[in-house]
Amino acid sequence: MAAVTETLDTVQSVTQSGYKWGFVTDIAMDLAPKGLNEDIIRLISDRKQEPAWLLEWRLKAYAAWQQMTEPHWAKVEHPQIDLQGLHYYAAPSKKPGYKSLDDVDPELLRTYEKLGIPLKERAVLAGVEGADNEFDPDQGRQVAVDAVFDSVSVATTFRETLSKAGVIFCPISEAIREHPDLVRKYLSSVVPVSDNYYAALNSAVFTDGSFVYVPKGVRCPMELSTYFRINARNTGQFERTLIIAEAGSYVSYLEGCTAPMRDENQLHAAVVELIAFDDAQIKYSTVQNWYPGDAEGRGGIYNFVTKRGACRGRRSKISWTQVETGSAITWKYPSCILEGDDSVGEFYSVAVTNNHQQADTGTKMLHIGKNSRSTIVSKGISAGKSNNTYRGLVRVLPRASGARNHTQCDSLLIGDQCGAHTVPYIESRNPSAKVEHEATTSKIADDQLFYCRQRGLSEEDAVNLIVNGFCKDVLKELPMEFAVEAQKLLAVSLEGSVG
Amino acid sequence: MLQISGLAAAIDGKPILRGVDLTVPSGEVHAIMGPNGSGKSTLAYVLAGRADYAVTAGSVTFDGHDLLTMEPEQRAAAGVFLAFQAPIELPGVGNANFLRTALNAQRRARGETELDAVQFLKLARAETKRLQMPDDMLKRNVNVGFSGGEKKRNEVLQMALLRPKLAILDETDSGLDIDALRIVANGVNDLRGPAFSALVITHHQRLLDYLVPTRVHVLAGGRILRSGGPELAHELEERGYADIVAEAA
Repeated sequence: MAAVTETLDTVQSVTQSGYKWGFVTDIAMDLAPKGLNEDIIRLISDRKQEPAWLLEWRLKAYAAWQQMTEPHWAKVEHPQIDLQGLHYYAAPSKKPGYKSLDDVDPELLRTYEKLGIPLKERAVLAGVEGADNEFDPDQGRQVAVDAVFDSVSVATTFRETLSKAGVIFCPISEAIREHPDLVRKYLSSVVPVSDNYYAALNSAVFTDGSFVYVPKGVRCPMELSTYFRINARNTGQFERTLIIAEAGSYVSYLEGCTAPMRDENQLHAAVVELIAFDDAQIKYSTVQNWYPGDAEGRGGIYNFVTKRGACRGRRSKISWTQVETGSAITWKYPSCILEGDDSVGEFYSVAVTNNHQQADTGTKMLHIGKNSRSTIVSKGISAGKSNNTYRGLVRVLPRASGARNHTQCDSLLIGDQCGAHTVPYIESRNPSAKVEHEATTSKIADDQLFYCRQRGLSEEDAVNLIVNGFCKDVLKELPMEFAVEAQKLLAVSLEGSVG
Repeated sequence: MLQISGLAAAIDGKPILRGVDLTVPSGEVHAIMGPNGSGKSTLAYVLAGRADYAVTAGSVTFDGHDLLTMEPEQRAAAGVFLAFQAPIELPGVGNANFLRTALNAQRRARGETELDAVQFLKLARAETKRLQMPDDMLKRNVNVGFSGGEKKRNEVLQMALLRPKLAILDETDSGLDIDALRIVANGVNDLRGPAFSALVITHHQRLLDYLVPTRVHVLAGGRILRSGGPELAHELEERGYADIVAEAA
């Protein structure tokens, strides 16, 4: 602790005078000086023209974080992360707030194009698959995209259609300015600032993220989608997302991530909070394919994320669906607090690890309301020398009579140098609750591969087919366009894992 | 034309095939019969390219290809199809998806255009109808929860769609009732023509009533001990293999 304080002091003394003018303009990026201290937090808050309450909130989080230590209970190993070696603020040098895509740095648009990100508005293809079609073609569905480039949102589409419906979908920094009461009321109401080490860090230094508010009785007219992307060298990304679904409303939110190749490890510590009131439904889907490091385990993103949803209302429902193929380290447990009677929590997950990747992921279902129900379907796929852990908690509190949980945890191993681990915690304090846990571990069998190859499939295609079959129960929960992307991702992630 | 010369193969160091000589000209259907453990399934696997069998001697050519140097999927694209004795389950993989992926992989390998979903389904539905199989066969996961008979019929459906040049049927008739047997036989008969040949491994004369072979061979102890016309199958049905095996010993 003393060493940390000393470092802080040193950094402070070295950089203190420079803050006001501290921005390094380097290849069209504005960077805060490296390191973390109160002044950096003030600088972030100032740059974002935040109200005083938010600055105080950040400082409170920072104070809490200083008292905390990095958690080590997850089954992941990595060298100490030098948090003082990171920049905590980076902004594209051109001023945010473009009127149209024409104003956006064309270089950035090209990058998005390369990543295949559908930034421009588009109607999603109505795919006609055959009898075996796994995903019902929802015709002409539209997707609204709020693209996040490093820390500042630079483009938002479909705003008008959404605002007509009364839905607010904007960068959280904008929501802080435009809808301060909503943000103030709900921010950290699900994930307290001092919840855990990374959540506290995020609270202190978050720079942007998305905000969604769906008013009472409104069914959000389109899928909402945000693409996060880490680009600046050595810039930790601390995204903050807040989604509020009022009584009887519905929203489906998609999050997808890509990152270009980098040698150094990059830290990502996001916080996502969801709140669903009576009869409201939030569907939150993630396809995560950040740079996992090279085949030798060099580089790659460290992904330490806190995602939690509160089913506050009766019959409210929150579904988390995730396909995690990227990152060197994934530490992520999207959870549901089932406060409302008859509320429903769901967690569908595919986590793929290859080469030297490490994933420790799962969920927490906290049953508080009567007859609350939860479903957990976790599919872990390990290849190469990777380690894949499912860690889940199902806790039934005394008031939650009639609570039900079903957990299905399947692991698939490819090769003989990888590991799959299942760590389920079950605590039931209500005798009427029913908690079921099923787990399987299987290997892709040689006779399955041979059967496929005899029919003409290459070994790689055979693996993809078997893996996609293994993940089907989760993939079918994804919105269609994400499901297609996810299947491709699985294929890319497992390239070279056999033979 | 399939030409097998002096083929010897072993599994885990244990010799199973000990010099098989066999020629199946195009347009012909040959039956292979023989006692349990004589190497019939091994022969089928070796022809299809299963890696756990080591070929220790001999050669196999098919349509001018040196079959033994080819990967299993290359053999499939060249027209070799094996109907498995115990078809493999692929959980979560839809039958139609599997078949289309397989068919298109073969077509791609042969430089032919791939079929889109609509074209494929039209074809697949026509085949299921012709083979008197329910439509939902295409929707179900590959062999998962199939009865023994359904699995065998699914193999025949795959064969019908993939239209191989050489079909190897490894006891596809075992465990089938008489109706299913007829369907399997018809599946092969429909493919019969000057460019098609088949190697039918069976224990029973019954199948050969519907699927009249050009030649019948007796495989025992890893060698072909006797060959003859369709009448040989009837003889075996009456007298068993003991005489032939004793004669050869």
